[in-house]
Amino acid sequence: MAGAKTHDPYYVPAQSKWPIIATVGMFVTVFGVGTWFNDMKAGHESSHGPLIFFCGGLVLAYMLFGWFGAVIKESRGGLYSPQMDRSFRWGMSWFIFSEVMFFAAFFGALFYVRHFAGPWLGGEGDKGVANMLWPGFEFSWPLLNTPDPQKYPAPEGIISPWGLPLLNTILLVSSSVTLTLAHHAMRKNHRTPLKVWLALTIILGLAFLGFQAEEYIHAYNELGLTLGSGIYGATFFMLTGFHGAHVTLGVLMLSIMFIRILKGHFNADQHFGFEAASWYWHFVDVVWIGLFVFVYVL
Amino acid sequence: MSAVIDHGHAGHDHHHGPAKGLMRWVLTTNHKDIGTMYLWFSFAMFLLGGSFAMVIRAELFQPGLQIVQPEFFNQMTTMHGLVMVFGAVMPAFVGLANWMIPLMVGAPDMALPRMNNFSFWLLPAAFTLLVSTLFMEGGGPNFGWTFYAPLSTTYAPASVTFFIFAIHLMGFSSIMGAINVIATILNLRAPGMTLMKMPLFVWTWLITAFLLIAVMPVLAGVVTMMLMDIHFGTSFFSAAGGGDPVLFQHVFWFFGHPEVYIMILPAFGAVSSIIPTFARKPLFGYTSMVYATASIALLSFLVWAHHMFTVGIPLTGELFFMYATMLIAVPTGVKVFNWASTMWQGSMTFEAPMLFSVAFVILFTIGGFSGLMLAIAPADFQYHDTYFVVAHFHYVLVPGAIFGIFASAYYWLPKWTGHMYDETLAKLHFWMSFIGMNMAFFPMHFVGLAGMPRRIPDYNMMFANFNMISSIGAFAFGATQLLFLFIVIKCIRGGKPAPAKPWDGADGLEWTVPSPAPYHTFSTPPEVK
Ligand code: HEM
Ligand SMILES: [Cu+2]
Repeated sequence: MAGAKTHDPYYVPAQSKWPIIATVGMFVTVFGVGTWFNDMKAGHESSHGPLIFFCGGLVLAYMLFGWFGAVIKESRGGLYSPQMDRSFRWGMSWFIFSEVMFFAAFFGALFYVRHFAGPWLGGEGDKGVANMLWPGFEFSWPLLNTPDPQKYPAPEGIISPWGLPLLNTILLVSSSVTLTLAHHAMRKNHRTPLKVWLALTIILGLAFLGFQAEEYIHAYNELGLTLGSGIYGATFFMLTGFHGAHVTLGVLMLSIMFIRILKGHFNADQHFGFEAASWYWHFVDVVWIGLFVFVYVL
Repeated sequence: MSAVIDHGHAGHDHHHGPAKGLMRWVLTTNHKDIGTMYLWFSFAMFLLGGSFAMVIRAELFQPGLQIVQPEFFNQMTTMHGLVMVFGAVMPAFVGLANWMIPLMVGAPDMALPRMNNFSFWLLPAAFTLLVSTLFMEGGGPNFGWTFYAPLSTTYAPASVTFFIFAIHLMGFSSIMGAINVIATILNLRAPGMTLMKMPLFVWTWLITAFLLIAVMPVLAGVVTMMLMDIHFGTSFFSAAGGGDPVLFQHVFWFFGHPEVYIMILPAFGAVSSIIPTFARKPLFGYTSMVYATASIALLSFLVWAHHMFTVGIPLTGELFFMYATMLIAVPTGVKVFNWASTMWQGSMTFEAPMLFSVAFVILFTIGGFSGLMLAIAPADFQYHDTYFVVAHFHYVLVPGAIFGIFASAYYWLPKWTGHMYDETLAKLHFWMSFIGMNMAFFPMHFVGLAGMPRRIPDYNMMFANFNMISSIGAFAFGATQLLFLFIVIKCIRGGKPAPAKPWDGADGLEWTVPSPAPYHTFSTPPEVK
C-alpha cells in the first residue's frame, strides 16, 4: 500500500493484442508437437507436425518480443509505480515456486522408486510379493538390470559424479557468485564490472550446457544409458533434461538482460528485469545442487 | 503500443468505457470483462459436461446396452469428469475472483491485467483441443478423469497426446490466474484493508491460489511423464523397466486431493459472505474460519493416498492416510458450526442466494459424512469404485461447488447487471435443482453400497429401479439449468433497477459502488476504517 496520501495511480494497461497472439501461438505449437509425436509413433513417413510446430514457435517468438518490448517501453516511460514493481515481484516469486513444485514431482518419483517400488519389485519389504512378477529380479540402485531387459535394456554403466558433474557443479555455483557480483555492481551503478560479471555468468552457463551435452553423448553412445534403459535412465534424463532446459532459458534471459544493459537500460534503483532473471538463475542453481546430490552422488 | 503510453498519464480520472464489438473481449485487460468471459465460458462447459452426463444417465436408465457402445460410454464418463472439473467449476471460481476480488479489496483491477486476459483465452484453446479428441481416430480419452496408467499410456487411444497438451494449457492458465489473484490480494488492497479485515471470499481465494500454484505443476509433471512413457520409451509407469503404475496414482492424487479443495474453498468463502447477509448477523467466528481454511489447505497435502486404499499400499500407509483424512473433518466441522451459528437466531429471509447457501451447508455436510465413511480404510475396500463414491463426490461437487456458484451468481448479479433477477423464477430454479440433484444422487448411495460398480454402462437387474429414479432426477436437474440461462439473460436485458446495495444485510466494499459496477472502479483506492 503506497501510503494513503501519496499513492501513484496503479497502471492498468489499455487493451492489448499480445495475450491472444500468445494463445494462438501456444495452441498451434502444441497442436504441431502432438501431430508430430503421433505421426512418429504411428510410423508415418511424413508429418505436418514439425511445420505446424515451427509456425507456432514463430508466433510465440514474435509475441515474446512484442509483449516484453511493450512492458520495457512502459517501464522506461515511467508508467510503473513502486506498487507495480511489487506486483512483478510477487508474480515472479510465485512463478518460481510453481517451478519448484514441477521439479518436486520428478524428485518425488525418484524417491518413490528408490525407496518403495524398487525394493518391493526386488522382493523386499512390505509389498515384496511384487517379486513374483519377475522372480529372481534383484533391485539395486543405480539399476543396472531391469526386470524385462527385452523391453528395457539396462545400461552398462552410469555417469560418475566426480567427473563432468562435479565440474558442472563448480561452474554453476561460480556462476551464481559472478551473478551476485554483477548485481552488486548494478546497485552501485558500476557499469563496466556489471557487464564483465554478467558476461562471465553467461559464459559459465554456456559451458555448463556444453558439458551436459558431452555427458549425454557419452551416456548414449558408450554406456547405453538412455531414456529407454529402465527407470534409472528415465529419472536421470527427465531430471537433468528438464534442468538443462531451465538453464537454457536462464541463459536466454540473462543474455537479453546483457543486451539491455549494453543499450543502457536499468539503473541502481530500477532493475527488476535483471533481478527477476537472477532469481531464476539462482533457482536453477539450487535445483542443480539437489540433482547433484540425489541423482549423481547418492 | 504507443496508445498504451498515451493512456497511462491520464490514469487519474480518465474513465473511458469499454471498446465496442468483439475486439473488446479479445483484447480486454479489464477484470470485469475477463470475469464475465470466465463465467460464460464456465457455463458453456457446464452445459457441455452436463450433456455428456445426460448421455451417461440415458444409457443407465435401464439395464443392458441400449444407446451407446461401451467404448463411447467410457469416453463420456471421462470427458464429463474432465469438462466439469477443469471447464465448469474451476473457471467459474476464477471468474468470480476476477469480478469480485478487486471490488472487495478496493483495487482498480487485477495486479497483472494482460496476463489475466492470457489466462482466460488459454482455456477456450485448451478445451478446443480436448473436445476435438472425441472426433479423432480411435476416439477421445476413455480412461476416466483420473487417467490412471497404464490405461492412459500403454492402452490409450492416440488422441491421448492431445489430451496431455490440453492439460498443459489448462495448467498454465490456472497457474497464471492464481499468481494474479495472489498478487492482487497481497499488493493491491486499499489502505486500511488489513488481512484480517478481508472478506472470507478473498481469504479462501488467497489460499486456493496457493494450492493451485503448488499442485498444478505436479499435474503437469505427471502428464509429462505419461508423454515420455508413450513417445520416448521411458518406464516411469511400467514395472518391466523398474517403474511402477502405482507411482502414477501417487503423483496424480498429490495433485488430485488438493484439487478437490480448490473446487470447494472459494465456495466456502462465498457462502460465508452470503449467509451473514441474509441472516442479518455478522459471520460467527471470522478468525476461526480463516484458520480452519488454512488448516484444511495444509492438511490436504497429506491425505492423497485415501484414494488408493485398495491398490496395495503398506499397512502403515493405510493407517496414516486414514487418520490424516479424518483429521480434516475437524476444521471442516468448525466451518459448518460457524455457518449454523451465524444463522442461529438471525432474522433470516430466503432469497435465492440464501436458499442455495442453506442447501449448500446441509448437502455439503452429507457429502462430508459419506467422505468420512470412505476414509475408513477397511470399509473403503467395499466402497471403492462403486456408485457410493459417485454419490459422495457429487454431493460435494453439485450442492457444494455448483450451488456455491449459483448462490454467488444470484447474490452478485444485481451488481454485475444493474438489475434484480426474477426472484420467482430463481426460486423455481433452486427447488428444481434441489429436488433433481437429490433424486439423481441419493439413490446412488444405495446401489453403491449394494455393489454397483462405477464407469460401467450396464448393471445387474437388481439395481434397475434406483437407476431409473437417478436418471429421471438427472434429466430434471439438467433441464432446469436451461431455466438458469433464461433467468440470467432476462436479468441482463432488464428488470427492476438494482440499488448500489440491493441486500439490506450486506456488508463490504463491493456494495459501495453503483450497480451496475462502472467499467473502472476504485481508480483511487478507498479508505477502509
Ligand atoms: C447434471 C448433473 C450431473 C450428473 C447427472 C452427473 C452424472 C454422473 C455420473 C452418472 C457419473 C458416473 C459415471 C460412471 O462412473 O459410470 C459421473 C461421474 C463424474 N462426475 Fe458427474 N454428474 C453431474 C454433475 C457433475 C459436476 C457438476 C461435476 C464436477 C464439478 C461432476 C464431476 C464428475 C466426476 C469427476 C466424475 C467421475 C468421472 C470418472 O469416473 O472419471 N459431475 N457423473
Ligand atoms: Cu481426496
